[in-house]
Order: sequence, then C-alpha cells, then structure tokens
Amino acid sequence: MGSIKNLKKYQMFWPITALLLVLLFNFFFTPGFFKLEIKDGHLFGSLIDIINRGSPLMLLSIGLTLVIATGGTDISVGSTIAISAAVVASLVGGEMVFVDGMQEYVTLVPMPLAIIATLIIAILLGMWNGTLIAKLGIQPIIATMILMVAGRGIAQLITKGQIITIYYKPYFYFGGGYLLGLPFAIFIVGLVLLIIMLLVNKTALGLFVQSAGCNSSASKYAGIKVDRIKLIVYTLSGLCAGIAGILISSNIKSADANNAGLFIELDAILAVALGGNNMSGGKFSIPASIVGALVIQSITTTIYSIGVPPEITLVVKATVVIVICLLQSSEFRSMLSSLLQKKRGDQVENQTLSN
Amino acid sequence: MKKLFAMLLTGTMMLTMAGCAKSVNAPAETSAKPAETKTVETKTEEAKPENKKLVIGFAQIGAESEWRTACTNSIKGEAEKLGIDLKFSDAQQKQENQIKAIRSFIAQKVDVIGISPVVESGWETVFKEAKDAGIPIVLVDRNADVPEDLYVTRIGSDFKDEGKKAAEEMAQLLGGKGSIVELQGTVGSAAATDRLVGFKEVIEAKYPEIKIIKSQTGDFTRAKGKEVMEAFLKSDGKNIQGLYAHNDDMAIGAIQAIEEYGLKPGEDIKIVSVDAVKGAFEAMIAGKLNVTVECNPLLGPQFYDVCQKIMNGESVPKYIPSEEGVYRQETAAADLPSRQY
Repeated sequence: MGSIKNLKKYQMFWPITALLLVLLFNFFFTPGFFKLEIKDGHLFGSLIDIINRGSPLMLLSIGLTLVIATGGTDISVGSTIAISAAVVASLVGGEMVFVDGMQEYVTLVPMPLAIIATLIIAILLGMWNGTLIAKLGIQPIIATMILMVAGRGIAQLITKGQIITIYYKPYFYFGGGYLLGLPFAIFIVGLVLLIIMLLVNKTALGLFVQSAGCNSSASKYAGIKVDRIKLIVYTLSGLCAGIAGILISSNIKSADANNAGLFIELDAILAVALGGNNMSGGKFSIPASIVGALVIQSITTTIYSIGVPPEITLVVKATVVIVICLLQSSEFRSMLSSLLQKKRGDQVENQTLSN
Repeated sequence: MKKLFAMLLTGTMMLTMAGCAKSVNAPAETSAKPAETKTVETKTEEAKPENKKLVIGFAQIGAESEWRTACTNSIKGEAEKLGIDLKFSDAQQKQENQIKAIRSFIAQKVDVIGISPVVESGWETVFKEAKDAGIPIVLVDRNADVPEDLYVTRIGSDFKDEGKKAAEEMAQLLGGKGSIVELQGTVGSAAATDRLVGFKEVIEAKYPEIKIIKSQTGDFTRAKGKEVMEAFLKSDGKNIQGLYAHNDDMAIGAIQAIEEYGLKPGEDIKIVSVDAVKGAFEAMIAGKLNVTVECNPLLGPQFYDVCQKIMNGESVPKYIPSEEGVYRQETAAADLPSRQY
C-alpha cells in the first residue's frame, strides 16, 4: 500500500493508469485487440495502429507541453499542419504518370529540399506566433487564434481549394513505412523527443521554461530572458506541427487544406492536460503528455473497433475523458475518499448503536 | 496592447466589409440599365422571350470542396455560354452573407435568384422579401426549411436515390450476399443521412443476405476514412466482403488501409462509393475501386433551363432531380478524360 502511495506522487502515475485502464477495457471487450502478427516483415495490429495514428498527436503534445509550461497556449497547430501538408504536397506532389502501363513515380522538387522548405515554413509560422506573444505582448490564445483562422485560408490558397494527391512513392515512407518492424513515424517522434528532452534536461532551457511559467516577472528580474524563452517554445511548437503535417500528408498520400489537422489542437491540449501538466504553467513533463496522447488515440481506436454508433462517439469520448480527468483531480479523489470514510463511519456508528 | 489588437481587429473588419461592399455594389451599377429596360420590356416579353437577356443572381455557399468548385464553374461557365447576365456571390460558408446577397439581388431587380442554402433554417424572412418583390427563388443542390410557396423549385441530387443505386451495385458485385462495412459522411448532414437510409432500404428489402456489420462516420475525409477502415479491418478483417463509402475521398482513404492490411481493394473487398470525382476514376483505372455513383455538381445547364422556363411562364415541378449516372471500373479509363471535376 505504501509503495502505491509513493507512486501516486509521480506525475506519470495517473496518465499511465488511464492508459492501462483503456487497454484493460479492450482486453475484455475487443477481441483481437492485442493480437500482433508479422505481415510483410513488420508488426501489425491495433496497438501498432495506435502508435502510428498517434504519432502526429504525440509530436504536437511535445511542443505544446513546453508552450503550456510557460503559461501560454498554441491553438494554431492544426492550421500549421494544414499549411505544411499543403506546402509539402504541392512541392512533392506530382502527376499520375503511366509509362508502358506502369505507374511511374515523379516528384516536382527533390524530396529533401521539399521537406526542408516545409520545416522552414513551419518554423517561421511558430516564430510568428512567438513574436506576437513575446515581443508584442498579445495574449497567447488570441495571438495563435490569428494563425488558426488565417492558416486554413493560407493552406487553401496553396492548394487552390483542392485536395492534392501525392504520387511520389518514397515520400510515403514517413507516415506509412516501417523500420525494424515498427512504424517509421514513431522513430521520428522518438528522435524529436530525444532532442527536446536533451535540450530541456541538459541545458538550462527546461528550468527557464518552468520559471517563466511559474512567475514571469520574477523570472525577468532574475535575469531570465522570458521573451526569448517564449519565442523559442512557440517556434518549437510550430516545428513539431510542421513535422506532424508531413507525417499526416504522407500517411494519407494527400493534403486536404480543409480537414488536415482539423480540431487536432484540442486533442493536443487535452493530451497535455491528461499528462497531468498544469494548464497555468510551471512544472511539466513531456513524457507524461506523450502518454496522454496515447490515451486519446487508444480511446479513438477503441471506439472504432467496438462499433459505437457514430451519433454518440463524441459523447462516449467525452465521458471517458471526464472520468480520467476526475481520476486525476486530487480534490475529487479526496472528496470521494472522505465520502467513503463517512459512509464507513456511519456503518460503524450504526453497528455500535445496534449493539 | 489591447488597444493595438482592437485597432487591428477593426482594421481587418473594415477591410473585409469594404471587400463585401465592393463585390456586391459593383454589379449593381452595371445592372441598373438592364433592369430598367426590363420593366419596359415586360409587356412584350411574352411575344419573344428568347431575345431578352436574363439577369440572374446566384448565392453560392463558398468553395469548401472540389465538388462545390465544380458546381460554381458550371454555373459561371454556362452563363457565359448562354449570354446570361449572372450576378455571382460567394458567401464563404456564412448565412448572413447569403442573406445580404439575396437582398442586394432584390435591390438589383434580377429575374431569378438561385441559391444553395448553407444551412436549412432561417430563410423565411428573406425569401418572403424576394417573393414580395416578385422574384422567383430556385434552390440549387441543398434544401431550405421554408413553406413550399416561398420558392419555385429545387434542383439537386437525390441523396436517397444515390444510396439506392449504390445498394444495387453492391448487391450485384457481391452476388446478393456477404458482409459489408459502411463509412458514413458527417453525422447529421443530409448527404450522409439520406445515403444511409436509401442504401439500407434496398438492402433490407431486396437482399436480406447482405449484412452491414459495421458502420461509422469518416467525416467525408480521406484521413478519417483510412483510420476507421483500419479499425474495421482489425476487428472484422477477412469477414468483410464489401465497403460502401458515402463519398469517394473516404473510399480512397480506405483503399490505402485495405492495401496495408494485405488485401486487394476492388477484389477481396468490393468498394462502392458516391460522388464520381477524378480521384475515384484514377482508383478505378488502377482496379482498386469498383463503382462510383455520380453526384453531379454540373448543375448550370439544368439551372438556366429552369430559369428560362419560369420566365416563360411555364410551370415547373417543385423538385427536379439532377441528372446522374453510375460509373463502373470497366469504363473508367474511357470516362476519365471527359470528367470536369
């Protein structure tokens, strides 16, 4: 019992519990959910789907954790995804070309160039947010709302309102390929996570981010360049969204300016919240957010697998999220335990009375 | 800081308003003349209706999809061909913009107003205004929830009929029995609801041996279509013989999921979808899609035909289904070059 109490102190405890609960539900109610087989030389199953599908969300939650830790928020990540998908698709894109009845793979711009260009644009979008917030002092939710609204318009301008289909095969590897039996996307997530964790833990960045979120003015007086820290975290968030856009467009082999990453910013914020991070800034844990993202994706995949009627999927999702949030709230838990104790107390009283 | 933001906001608002005013007012000036001549002509109109230049206002929803763009191009292109004076307004998915557009059409005294209502409700007042001004309203593609006397007719796709056609095609592909899964459109949209109902009706009435084992929304998008199909395959896998998708994009997404699962789309799993966009023909040529039921956006010719009839005083039915076909794999290669969307 004591060890569990100790465990509860860790931020990772509740997100992992939530993930295990969702998986446990599937263990009982979704036949074949845990079945892993090897197909075409890679692992195959619902669990792999969750990792593959959840990769863009995990990337976003990495960037957003830092942003939220500074006390800000970034609701423009969905639009950034749409823009980067549009850019990369129109650069790689290409036409369906048949040579002797066989489909040829063509690309308009060399792929590495296209990807670098896309990432640069994503970085610029992140810097735009950062500048508005850090240099001009606009409130984060408003500043990023500008890009959220305008971004889809920009993406539509790039794609001319059409869905651009990508016909260049090597590009599909990012979102659909496999390395060592696992989806390649998860290695990208791992790489980004590694770099950012090194940045956060091995340099002072993590500490600065945390202090900027705890008390911005105090940090400023302590000599921390809060402006620069904010600029950095929003830029990182933009970059993460850009990479997510590449993964999404690669996975579905097209860019849809209207729908790519639509409302994903809400899922990403939720992932950070489920990870037990404080929305008003301060202490944070990126791995916990990643677990949060996995929880969300597991719920989504579960809903599809068990055949929830489409009219109520959102309600089911919301209910599960509420339950998980309640589990995480220490106020709710203490309320619950005091209620239970009171009941037990009543019983004891009744017993003594009857005796 | 807040001040600066407020200034920015008002600035953009003014800009957008100026933009609206411009696009609505500019045609008003040019149309003043034909409108005047029209009032003079009304007496002789019955004698020779062909010579009079029709002035038509069209309130389009916006440009949210390839389908809509094709519809817009058809309306605009056909007007040019027929020499019709078209006042076109793009509402950018906002009802208030469409209402504004209709009011400006009334002020410009156009002959007929065409509209694709972005939502079903809230049209009574403005339709009444048009009726009082003596301007007939023709609903194009989408329906409006108003008393029937407020508009003349509706031209559009019969989504239910599309569902029925899809069901017949599916039954033929499967030989009358099998398990199928369904990818629904956005929950609550007329296209999704009616395509579902029409399909189900035919299957239940005529092909009791076909079972719809899973049905989930894919929101009309490729990404969702793929994601949902992946989950279907994981839970039902080899059990699935057919897939019915409410639009081509979801089918294209699902095709990728099926390929990744290791089955052959179009062979192991028969696929029927609705819309007939270019991407669907490409998939059919590659042998991955079996049938697509057309949902025709090229409504221009039919629309002007009806407008002309109304102006000639001929009676038109309350609902005119658009002309739609069914396209199959075998003829896809021959059909593709002639597709406009």
